[in-house]
Amino acid sequence: MSAPTQAVLFDAPGPRARRKILVGSVLAAAAVLAVLVLVVLRLADRGQFEAELWAPLVDPRTEEFPLVWERLGGGLLVTLQAAAVAVVASLVVGVLLATARLGLGRTARLPVVGLIELLRGLPVVVTILVVDTLFRTIGFDVATFWSLVVGLTLYNCVIIAEITRAGVLSLPRGQVEAGLAVGLTRGQVMRLIQLPQALRAMLPAIISQLVVILKDTALASVVLSGVDDLLRVADRLRITLDNPLQTYFVVAVVYIVINLVLDRFAQWLQKRLSRGRQGGRAARAAMAAGEATTGA
Amino acid sequence: MDAVTDNLDLWWGGFLRSLGIAAWAAVGSLLLGTLIAVFRVSPVPVLRSVGATYVTLLRNTPLTVLLFAIAFGLPPVGVNASFYVFGVVGLILYTAAFVCEAVRSGIATVPVGQAEAARAIGLTFGQSLGLVILPQAMRAVVPPVGNVLIAMIKNSAVVGAIGVGGDLFSVHNRLTSALGYSQLSSAAGMAIGFLIMTLTAGALLAVAERRMAVAR
Repeated sequence: MSAPTQAVLFDAPGPRARRKILVGSVLAAAAVLAVLVLVVLRLADRGQFEAELWAPLVDPRTEEFPLVWERLGGGLLVTLQAAAVAVVASLVVGVLLATARLGLGRTARLPVVGLIELLRGLPVVVTILVVDTLFRTIGFDVATFWSLVVGLTLYNCVIIAEITRAGVLSLPRGQVEAGLAVGLTRGQVMRLIQLPQALRAMLPAIISQLVVILKDTALASVVLSGVDDLLRVADRLRITLDNPLQTYFVVAVVYIVINLVLDRFAQWLQKRLSRGRQGGRAARAAMAAGEATTGA
Repeated sequence: MDAVTDNLDLWWGGFLRSLGIAAWAAVGSLLLGTLIAVFRVSPVPVLRSVGATYVTLLRNTPLTVLLFAIAFGLPPVGVNASFYVFGVVGLILYTAAFVCEAVRSGIATVPVGQAEAARAIGLTFGQSLGLVILPQAMRAVVPPVGNVLIAMIKNSAVVGAIGVGGDLFSVHNRLTSALGYSQLSSAAGMAIGFLIMTLTAGALLAVAERRMAVAR
């Protein structure tokens, strides 16, 4: 990505420009270093590097270490489960929504479009809370884990629907025409010809969406009680261990590592699919449709 | 819906407070995000890697973890502020990473030939950037940045949910716990408040996109 950007903004640097860039690099490096040193000094001054604050999290020899990581591991498992169930459910509902939107006539489509706009406009955290409240109001007595999963699904299925729609629309018209010409119905064309191609192209975009969903599971700690996800477990640990900065640092690292792995996987998949001309176009369209989502 | 209709003044206050969080975060994240985008496209390698590291770290951390780390992690090191300030700062830091990527993708849409032509007729770096590339990049940046800001408005709900006081979430909590209104109608009121914000922002963005659109 950065290569074409640079080509737009400046020429290949000559000797004078290279000298200027070198000076700029040295100054910038000094500034970055200075900030880092200030932060580290401040942290050291407040005793944030004391062994007792870090040891339970990073030193396997302490007696707390196995207990702490057993709990964090349990929390991580809940986080991964919620994300996995939500992404599969969003995929099923999202594809159905997209099919409905693409297949219905102009007026019949309106309720579907309205529903999509409604779910897109609500913050996920509000959707999760409303789902939980609704469950408890109608006496549907399930674990709050399912409020989280349903809330995440409602929010993300519309994004998957948009990704699917972009994937299907980016396929060449000839695919539909050929399908109709050999006597398939519109439904069969969608099911047998358009969706399989679109879904394949959508894979990278769906994995990127999984990153968003994984991050959003942390919202359970804000509005739901009884979901012991990674953040909730960490939140309890930091009260016991009295080391908020250290605990949240470790937890953030765990989230970042998992998300980076997923992200790299999505990029690799995207590159592989882009080798084929057709798949590449659909994959790019699907990726662009999901790109606006930042997650929380 | 009596929880909504009986307490319109409370809801209005909460709405304004929530809008305030989003407004501060919009200004802050646009400034910080653009700065980091400038870092990422600058000719200085150190700045480029600073920008890239920032985006990688912030994009992959859940906003909630960031907010908790700021609100509970900073006071022990002697940084004290209200939850409101902590919340807005966290939201700015998080959103800036996405603003940066949106701005960068906008700059990348300007065809290379534009810059080459600018250099060929002898414009300096500043002139070609200021007169040729940025005016075109600005237009291309509007849709992606607008989408990021709409997502940010939704994320501002998380800041409220963590408990800054006075926003739509705290109105909901007060109506249901202290005043005894039904959970569902109050939650619906809160949802309507956020919908007004996001749908209006979406409509504004659509208008802006139409006015900014150029034939290429």
